[in-house]
Amino acid sequence: MRYALFLGCNIPARLPEYETSAKFLLKELGVDFTEIEGFGCCGYPFKVIDLTTSLVLSAKNLALAERENRDILSLCQCCYGTLKKAKKMIDEDPSLRNRIKEFLKAEGLNYEGKVEVKHLLHVLYKDLDLERIREKVSNPLSHIKVATHYGCHALRPSSIVELDDPSNPRVLEELITLTGAQSLLVNRRLECCGAPLLGTNDEVALNFTREKITDALKHEADHLCVACPYCKLQLENFQERLFGKRVLSTILITDLINMALGLQKAL
Amino acid sequence: MLGALALVAFFVFLGGLVFKVSSWFRCSLRREREGFKRFVLGFSSLGKALFSPKIGIILKVLILNGILQRRTLKESPYRWLMHVLIYWAFVLLIITHALGKLLFEGYVSTALPYVFLRDLFGSMVLVGLGMAIWRRIRKTPPLRTSRMDLYALIAVLIIVFSGFLLKGAKIISYKNYLRMIDQYASLGSEEESKALEAYWVKRMGLVSLREVEESLVAKGEEIHQFQCAPCHTNSRWAFVSYGLSRALVPLASGFERVNFTEKLWWVHIAICLIALAILPFTKFLHLISVPLSLVINALWDPKRSHPLNLKTKQMIELDACVHCGSCTLKCAVLGAERVLGNIRILPSEKIEPLKRLVSKRGLSQRELEGILQGVYLCTNCLRCTVSCPSGINLQELWFEAREALFERGLSEPALLSPFSFYRGLRAEELGEGYERPILEIKGKLYRRFGLKDSVLRIPEERGFELYERSLMGCFACQTCTNVCPVVSQYERPEEVLGFLPHQIMRLCLLGFKEAVYGSEMLLSCLTCYKCQEACPQGVTVTDILMGLKMEALKAVKEERDEIRFVSGV
Repeated sequence: MRYALFLGCNIPARLPEYETSAKFLLKELGVDFTEIEGFGCCGYPFKVIDLTTSLVLSAKNLALAERENRDILSLCQCCYGTLKKAKKMIDEDPSLRNRIKEFLKAEGLNYEGKVEVKHLLHVLYKDLDLERIREKVSNPLSHIKVATHYGCHALRPSSIVELDDPSNPRVLEELITLTGAQSLLVNRRLECCGAPLLGTNDEVALNFTREKITDALKHEADHLCVACPYCKLQLENFQERLFGKRVLSTILITDLINMALGLQKAL
Repeated sequence: MLGALALVAFFVFLGGLVFKVSSWFRCSLRREREGFKRFVLGFSSLGKALFSPKIGIILKVLILNGILQRRTLKESPYRWLMHVLIYWAFVLLIITHALGKLLFEGYVSTALPYVFLRDLFGSMVLVGLGMAIWRRIRKTPPLRTSRMDLYALIAVLIIVFSGFLLKGAKIISYKNYLRMIDQYASLGSEEESKALEAYWVKRMGLVSLREVEESLVAKGEEIHQFQCAPCHTNSRWAFVSYGLSRALVPLASGFERVNFTEKLWWVHIAICLIALAILPFTKFLHLISVPLSLVINALWDPKRSHPLNLKTKQMIELDACVHCGSCTLKCAVLGAERVLGNIRILPSEKIEPLKRLVSKRGLSQRELEGILQGVYLCTNCLRCTVSCPSGINLQELWFEAREALFERGLSEPALLSPFSFYRGLRAEELGEGYERPILEIKGKLYRRFGLKDSVLRIPEERGFELYERSLMGCFACQTCTNVCPVVSQYERPEEVLGFLPHQIMRLCLLGFKEAVYGSEMLLSCLTCYKCQEACPQGVTVTDILMGLKMEALKAVKEERDEIRFVSGV
């Protein structure tokens, strides 16, 4: 399978380590991926500004990947959910598709619906053979306990993202177990990190962040594992304001696997 | 005369430059200016950097990014070639031609190497200009040409072309020839003068009013070698001008009648001097502001640099933008400007209004709202900053501009969207000014749609094309509200959130859409999709909430439009 790595806007600007570790892991696993010049905003923040704008921006990225005959591999769950939803809407509504295609034409692009949108978790869990990853584990992380944070758009709406069972998912837990670490089933693993409301309703946003971290601490987690830049930034950046100091390490799933594979120094 | 004029032009230029530099301290995006403090601080910081090991960084940046244009090369080899052709060759023209007499002993404009170099550099500029014009005609889609871009292209074009034309006209000018003979040559006989003239007509491109004899050329060459050659290399060395002069031959007598060469010389000089005099107020200021911006940004340390210096830096940066469009080509939201009809969403189109914002000229209310939306609909992906050949920290400029516009009392519905994530990450730096604009736009929404004032009236149309079908399945079982993690935060959620999800669905179904626009629930929805996932009837609850929020935000924006229209601003 051939992928176009979709980094979105947050990762290159504020979380370059996610890009580095994801590329490292994908290369190690022999995944055929490339970056496409011209990939831009997925359309996510435009969803409450103007639906057409959001869809046009999504479609632009879909069209760029389609031109290269590659599926989109997103590291961000908000990008993933947005692109997947847009694809469904555009694919299922011919009149909408024509309208979007008009906008694309001005930039010399076309979209026929041949491209698939996948999140990193989907690629790791479904497209690749988990056994092959397990074989590569050279440094089992047996000494650490990891709580999971799924991130909303990895699971919901399940009719769109179709990654795992939305009420009882296993993807993250299985990947963590694979690294040799102990995976903790924490109560709030399916809750939102709060990021979507940051900047508009900080009280609610930070309440979610606080509860999330408190919950993981209650389960004596060493790390809170995430697979989305928004979640990572949200859960990492406000600990000082909420608890007075950094109380919990948040870790990207790619970093965790890289450590187990001996590609990265263990914590 | 020329010297005096040049001095006048130079002093006008200096005065303009002082004015421009002072504006870097006098003006600011934010309300507090503190010009004098910034002036002292700016120069002392610069002085300290110059006399410290940092001088190494400064020189490196100036050579690699300034002279060698590495950042431009990284963006596009075509543009690099185009720009260095114009930039290097024009600078060399200034050195070897305009300032030749001052800089080189024994400088003679009609002898080698100067006569050749002038045409060489001039033609390089023309090739570069051709590439620049072609780029602008071809319009890599989002590239826009402003009046200043046109001025810069036309000014250089006229300067170089008038130079070539002048040299071409001089080559054929008989009057010019006679004047030179009169002043410098000592010709013994009429035959000698005929011979020299024959040589000049046949070999140097002169157009004589009388017939010359081929047989005299050899003798003429002897006289030429002795009398003229020290100052006059064969005019064919001026390869462009010589070619041009062949095309001008039929016009020779007409030129002589109107004293063309003399007049054109004045035109050429006047344009050059005027361009110099007004340089600080034109795009050519980038010759000074871009190296400055490159150096300052290379030395800049966001943690340690003084916040007052930031204001000064940003004023220099506004002047360092050459409107090349690199940022726009890389912009993550490129395309949104077409759908939303606001070119200020494009980074390269934000600079001009921001310049006016900080100057006395100001912006109209409509322009202010356009630029505010422009700086707000930015995902802060940093690509504009990374790509800017002038090294401008554009993202930081948008960030400051946002706050500056909020400070002026403007509010923007997009504040209530995920575009605010980055602003939220930096809330602590913003201090008191952080909450105010958020509360303001929320207040606007509540005032317009709040439950207290709104009358529940049945709207004429129900329009909910996208989701209506799924909504029809709602039987108000409250599952959406029960699973909502936001609702469950509160003991009496309806007091904080207004209508709850199931009520919103119900009201929508009944057609009371506007009534829910003012519900805090819409603004507090995390879009975590739990409700939609749980709905036993498959209602796309989250999507509907998001759709309603979008409509509400649009309505607030439109309302401002209406007010503006009525008041005629």
